[in-house]
This record gives sequence, C-alpha cells and structure tokens, in this order.
Amino acid sequence: MSGGMPPRSSMPGAGDGASGEWEVVIGLEIHVQLSTNTKMFCSCPVTFGEEPNTMVCPVCLGHPGTLPVANERAVEYATRIALALGCRIAEHTVFHRKNYFYPDLPKSYQISQFDLPLGLGGRLDVELDDGSLFPVGVTRVHMEEDAGKLVHAGGATGRIHGADYSLVDFNRGGTPLVEVVSEPDMRTPEQARAYLTQLKGLLEHLGVSDVNMEEGSLRCDANVSVRRPGAPLGVKTELKNMNSFRYVQRGLEAEIERQISALEDGETIVQATVHFDPVTGSITTLRSKEEAHDYRYFPEPDLVPIEIDEAYVERVRASVPELPAARRQRFVADYGLPAGDAGILAANRPLGDYFERVAELSGDARLSANWVTGDLSAHLNSTGVGVHESAVTPEALAGLLALLGDGTLSSKLAKDVFQVMLETGRDARAIVDERGLGQISDVVELEGIIAAIVEANPGPTEEFRQGREKVLSFFVGQVMKQTKGQANPKLLNELLRKHLAG
Amino acid sequence: MEVFSLTARACRDLLGSGEASATELVDLYLDQVERVDDRVGAFLLVDREGALAQAAAVDAKPRAERLPWEGVPIALKDLLCVEGMETTCASRILKGYRPPYDATVVAKLRAAGLVLLGKLNMDEFAMGSSTENSSVQLTHNPWDLERVPGGSSGGSAACVAAAEAPWSLGSDTGGSIRQPASLCGVVGMKPTYGAVSRYGLIAFASSLDQIGPLTRDVSDAAALLDIIAGKDPMDSTSVGLPAPIALPTRTDLTGLRFGVIREFLGEACEPGVRRVFDGAVAAIHAAGGVCDELQLPSVEKGLAAYYIIAPAEASSNLARFDGVRFGHRSEGASDLIDMYSRTRSEGFGEEVKRRIMIGTYVLSSGYYDAYYTQAQKTRTLIADDFRRAFGQVDYLISPTSPTVAFRIGERTQDPLAMYLSDLCTIPANLAGLPAISIPAGLSDGLPVGLQIVGPHFSEQGLLEAAYAVEQGLGLSDLPPIAEAAR
Ligand SMILES: [Zn+2]
Repeated sequence: MSGGMPPRSSMPGAGDGASGEWEVVIGLEIHVQLSTNTKMFCSCPVTFGEEPNTMVCPVCLGHPGTLPVANERAVEYATRIALALGCRIAEHTVFHRKNYFYPDLPKSYQISQFDLPLGLGGRLDVELDDGSLFPVGVTRVHMEEDAGKLVHAGGATGRIHGADYSLVDFNRGGTPLVEVVSEPDMRTPEQARAYLTQLKGLLEHLGVSDVNMEEGSLRCDANVSVRRPGAPLGVKTELKNMNSFRYVQRGLEAEIERQISALEDGETIVQATVHFDPVTGSITTLRSKEEAHDYRYFPEPDLVPIEIDEAYVERVRASVPELPAARRQRFVADYGLPAGDAGILAANRPLGDYFERVAELSGDARLSANWVTGDLSAHLNSTGVGVHESAVTPEALAGLLALLGDGTLSSKLAKDVFQVMLETGRDARAIVDERGLGQISDVVELEGIIAAIVEANPGPTEEFRQGREKVLSFFVGQVMKQTKGQANPKLLNELLRKHLAG
Repeated sequence: MEVFSLTARACRDLLGSGEASATELVDLYLDQVERVDDRVGAFLLVDREGALAQAAAVDAKPRAERLPWEGVPIALKDLLCVEGMETTCASRILKGYRPPYDATVVAKLRAAGLVLLGKLNMDEFAMGSSTENSSVQLTHNPWDLERVPGGSSGGSAACVAAAEAPWSLGSDTGGSIRQPASLCGVVGMKPTYGAVSRYGLIAFASSLDQIGPLTRDVSDAAALLDIIAGKDPMDSTSVGLPAPIALPTRTDLTGLRFGVIREFLGEACEPGVRRVFDGAVAAIHAAGGVCDELQLPSVEKGLAAYYIIAPAEASSNLARFDGVRFGHRSEGASDLIDMYSRTRSEGFGEEVKRRIMIGTYVLSSGYYDAYYTQAQKTRTLIADDFRRAFGQVDYLISPTSPTVAFRIGERTQDPLAMYLSDLCTIPANLAGLPAISIPAGLSDGLPVGLQIVGPHFSEQGLLEAAYAVEQGLGLSDLPPIAEAAR
C-alpha cells in the first residue's frame, strides 16, 4: 500500500471535473485459483507451466458422457475464504451452468454458482496507513472452474479476431476458482488497490492460493462508474483482467478519467467491457452488443446440491489460521510490539511465523521484530525472495541475536555479520570466530591496553582527574583504534573510569 | 441351437454346461445379424473381430474359473462410450468419434465378462420415439418391417426382438427404453434415477437419463440390472440399489394392489391397446392381485414439462459439440462464429436443432421463470402425485404406449403426434421412478406393452411383480421375422 489513503470525503484527482465534483464508485470481482492438488471436477493435478495439454483427462476436456465430481478440498478452501471474510455460509448451495461458446471452454458452459452461492454478506476491514479501518462489503463468495488458455498466432491484435490461428491449452481448464465479489464500496483507485492488497494478504494467510497475479492465480475485474455526489449510481463499465496491483490502480484512473471527461462533454456512458493497455495507458471499449451475453444459467443437473451443516462449518472454522487483524492485536498485547511492526508482521503470514519463531528462540520479541521488519525485510524486498527461502533461518537469526545480547557483537558488527550470513548461509558464531569479529570483553586484555594508553598520555589523564569529562572520549577513541573497534564499549567505559581515577 | 429360443440365461447355461463355446455363441448371433440386419437395421457397428477375440479369450479359460456371465454376448445403444470404438449417437457431428474411455456400465459389462457385439441405432442423441431421427439409417420393427421400432432405443429393442443379441442396453429419458420395448414385444426397464451410473452415457437430459436393460424376459432384465447397477464415484448423482438384484421367483400376486392410471386410458389410447391392457388387468386379478383405477391429476402436464426440461438440459449438454476438440468440424469457415455455426448446422439433424432451439429459448433471460421454473414446479407436483398414489397402492400400471408401432414416415411431419408416443412413460422419468414394460399381447399382430411403475428403489419388488404377470400371461409369440429366418 503506497501513497497513503485519502479519507473518503475528499477525492483528489479522480473525482473533480471542470463542472464540479464527481463521485467514483468501484466494486471489485476477484478470481482466486485455489492451490488444491487436483482440479475442481476431475482428478487431474493443478499445475503451472507444464507442457500444453498434458494435465488433462476426458472430464476436463469435456468429452461426451463425462461427468463432474466436486472436489471436497476445494469446497473446504472456499468455505475457509467465505468464513474469513465473515460471510454467512449457505446451508444449501448449488452449482449452476453458465452457458456460452468459447474455444477455451470445453463443455461450452462453465460450472459456476448463481443464486445460491456458498457465502453471502461478508466484510473486509481494509486497514489504512494511519491504522484506521475502512470496511468493504463482500456481496458473495462462490465456487467455479477455470477455463483453458488461448494462444493466438499471427494477426496484430493478439486477440482471436484477426489471428491466423489459435491454439488452446487445457491444462488450466477445470482449476478450482473462488470468486469474491465486493460491494461497490470503494471511492478511489487507491482504495481499490488497498482492498486488493489486503485481500491478497488474507488469502495468502489462509493458505488456499498462490495469489500470484503475474501467473494468474489472482485476477481482478473492476466495475466502475461515476456520479454526482448523492445521485443514483451511474452506468458502470467493467474493466477486465488486470494482472498487477499497479495496473488495477492505473487502469481505474484511466477509466475514471475517460468517464468523467465523456460526461463533462455531455456524452453518456454505455454499459460495456473495457480493456486497459498498460503500455499505452489507454482504454479500449468493446462495444456492448458484442459482449451482450445471455448466460442462460440453470442448476447443474450433473451435481447434487451441497448441504452444509453446522458441524462442518465449525470444523472448517477451526482450520482457519489466525487472521491478520487478530494476530496484529496479539503481537501488540503479548509481545509489546509497536503497532507498526505488529501490522507488518501480521499482514504477512510467513513473515509473522518467522518472527514468532525468532522471538521464541531469542527470548527478546522487540529485538526480533526489529530485525525481521528491518534488515531481514529489506533484504527480502530487494531480492524478491520469500521469507521461507531466506538463507538465514529463524534459528540462525536467533543465534545472531544471542551474540548481540551477550555483548559479543555490537549492533554495527551484528549488521555486518548478518550480511555475511545472508550471502553465505553460515551461522553467526562461525563467522565471528573465523573473522575474529567478537568484541573484546576480556577484562585482563582490556586493562592491559588501557593501562598502556593511560601511561602514555599523562596530560589528558591529569585533565580528566581535574573534572574534564570530555577527555574520556579521547581515551575511548585511542582504545578503539588499537582494538580495531572491537572493544566492548560498556566494559571499556567502566574500566577507563577506574584507571583514570587512579 | 435355435437363436429365438435363447435368453441370456440360456446362453449362460449353454456356456456353463459346455454345450456351446463362447465363440459358437458369438458366431450364432453374428450369423443372425448377417441374416436379418439388412432388413432390420438395428446395428450401426458390428465389432466382429473384437467380439470373436473376446470370445476366444473366454474359451481359453477353464470353465471353473469363469464368471457366471462370462462369454454371453450383448449389444449397446450407440450413446454408451466404449474406449476406442466409434460412438456417434447416430449423429453426423460425432462421426468417427472414438471415446478415450469406457462408460462405467461398459466397464461393468467387461468386468462381468460379457462380449460386446457392437453398437445399435437410435434417434440422434436419443431425441425421438421412432429411431427415424437417426442420421445413419432406419431401423425396422421385426414384427412388421414397414413399421418403426419405437425410440429412441429402437436399435436396442429391435435387435433383441430379431434375436440379433440375447439382450442389450438402452437409455431412457422420457420412455426411450420402455416405448420401443413395447413396440417390439420385448422387456425394457428404466431403473430409479441414480440406480445406474450415467458416466459415459452421452447425455441428452442429465436429470432424466437412465441406462437400462432390454431383454427377452423379466428374469434377464433382473440379471442385467444386477450387473450394471451401483453407486459410482464418477457420477455424483448415482446412489446404486439397496441390495443386489436376485432373479425373481414370485408367481402369486396375492396381497399386492395395482393402481390403474386413468389419465393414460383416454382418447389417445388406441382401442386395440386398451383391449390388450384389459387382458393384462384380468391376468393380474387371476394371479391374486387387486387393481383399482386412480387419478394422477398432474401427469397430464408431464408432456409439457418434459418438453421444457429435457430440451433445456439438452441445449446445454450438446453445446460441447462445437468443432473445437472432437467430432465434425466444418471446412472453410471464415471465423470462429462461422465455424461454430456451420459445424453445428451441418452436424445436427432437424429434431436435435428443434430441441436445442426450444431449450435455448426456455432458458433465456425473461423466459426462464415462465417456462423452466414452471416446468420444475410441475415436476414436483407429478412427484407428489406419485407419492400419494404409492400411499394407496403398491404399483401403478398403464399401457406403455398409447398405440402400437406406427408406419415409417407416418409421424415424421408432425412432431406433436410423435411426442404423444411418450405420454405414459414420461412421468416416471420426471419423478425418477423405476418402471418396466413387459409384453402384454398383440393387437392386430403388433405387440402391446404393459408398464408397471414402482416407488423409488423398489426394483426387486417391481421385477417380482412383473415376473408374476409375465408368468400369468404366458405369452410365446415370436415376430414374423423369426419364421422367415427358419
Ligand atoms: Zn481432468
């Protein structure tokens, strides 16, 4: 989340037209690929990046006579998502067929849900930078299957119209999807992006999806309209298939600008699907007629309705890992972490887990949090490596913190050692020993050095004895110079005073 | 061996006693196909080589190690997928289609050791009541070659009537097993919805389709049902049967009450059919059963509800035939939409197109509630009517078809007259009930069937009752083609 979230009442940029204020209304439809082992309605493995059409079977190729069988794990994951979003779980939920022809859709219908979805009426409290919460209503959470992937060869458009030929890869076809539909509660592109960021974090936390926008395991469509404040909703357009957080925000900004300028020019907005081109920054409108589908939904007769009882819901609820908001509160209450650190650690489940492990091993939660949100996160962010792949394990970091705690390392040296640990994957003790980096905390050794320096500098010694405290730093500098900075500062201070006092 | 005297049980016994080898049996039926099928037209595909190879494998096994039905031949309606064997639903759009898998019932037949003779003609995608909607060929009624065998499982019924196979499998969506069984003078049974897996049955209307046996007598129907029934993890709507099906033994109907469905004896019912039906009622009385007329007020709306629900589901089920992955694809299309349009225009026949259009229409936004929702309500009312009726009687009876076999071409120009053929059979599909048609006698030399409908999962009892009626009627008529074959 960057740039800060403006309060709802003022919407700089997006909402002001020449003829006065416009209010922007945004709702998001998020498609989440579930990370189940097998597909939604057959036993093919869910994969990414395999040879085309190798992860297929008669069922997911839509061969005549085949039948779908619902993946229980997918239903469980979907229930987990719905519960985490505070939805009411339907006791009786039904799959419907959504009928349309397209080459990536083997049965020429998608098994989806319609008027009896799994979850209804939830809410996601989106946390703003100032720590305040901005509630976004969740209309529904439903299950469906993914389509295959088309590759268009030749032609300039990159779309099926105008291509020389098109190929279909059905490996993705039948992958379990959950669609999360929000209420039109967002008023700025930044809010939409914040909602998306928070939802992504939540899904990651639930362990139900890879949530990778680039690989398409998280996809976002936005419904957007503008109106005069207080007026009824304007005509909306649907902004499709934006595959990064940045494009969501930029696409929305471009489309809002287009709508406002059209309305300012006295034109009307036509309900349509629009595409955002991230390269040119421009919006292309597909004519509404071209896209006018009547999906002829009807209940899928090949699947029995799913009856969900209280016991099942409770079982799934128990499997839902602690949610970010609750975790943040616990980190503040139990570990005494500042709200900022707690928020960062709670928003990212693997990072939070990492932190808890370091805190447990080191016994110093605040110090652990400093290192995990500081040096470790900086490294992970700059390299794009996930925390679970970090070269420094929680055990290794705790080992470093122990050396810091017992005075072997100064803060500065600890940072240097940490860099070496990141590069080599070795533990702190081995690096310290090998490089002779440990602080000199040996009283006898230090006293010998101090005695020699005091003896060699009778002038400053006399000045100190006459009450000039400042002279102490001269002696510290001398000792540090001679020990290459490895003298334990606290011990040095103590011993110097003793010797200077005579 | 006289092929017309053989039931599947008789085949089993000949194999068991060693009086015939599996190869001899297969040869016997292949010879009969050779002799009569140019006139009957039941088979779309005869797998001579495959059947003989299968038979040879059975013969190579010591008799003691064989399964009870191992080596008994069977033929299949051409909408059951057999791995690698052309399966077309008698449609141009699936010409050359070889499924990459076996239907669950086919796997069960294989596991039981039955020998697959080939694939049988049908109305295209099971849409029709005369098998005249096959895009490949006509099938002729073995009792009168100028007449239709009924449909849509016309090939399945005709092949058993002409003794081209001891038994066969068909599918029943609105009467497609029972009506042709009635018109061809054989036994046809539609099990309770969910008793038999639909996996590998190329769907017409998913919520109505059931696979079932067509046989020479009730005992064979029981035996074949036992082989094919069962819950299947590949079909979420399958539940199987409460217990294995035993061969029926009941001959006395004392204590059983039969309800005669008054609505099915109206003016649509031919006098000759009525006469044979009354004879069957008398036979039930004679065997100790009680028959009472009763009313099922909603069943008359069954036809209307059926012709909304079945096309609605079909319009969606048949959408996968788009030329992209298998089957027919039109040459020379200019773009994607043109490819879809040409492929489907060329690939589907008139009746299939009619039903796809009806189905598409009734599911369209603005019409859905008026048609589809109303039809589903009617379906519930019909199920309620049956439930009430089964509170009063054990089984319901009626003629299976209001008419005997009609002449080829007689109804092809009048879809509504054709649709009336299934008046008596459709309600059991809408309510998901088991129903059987058994031969009840002849009217002017043409077979008339008696339909018996039971409560859900009452198959064993239904077969026992049907067996008792069959014994009481004691029919032994053979179609003229049997005489001609001698
Ligand atoms: Zn598959």
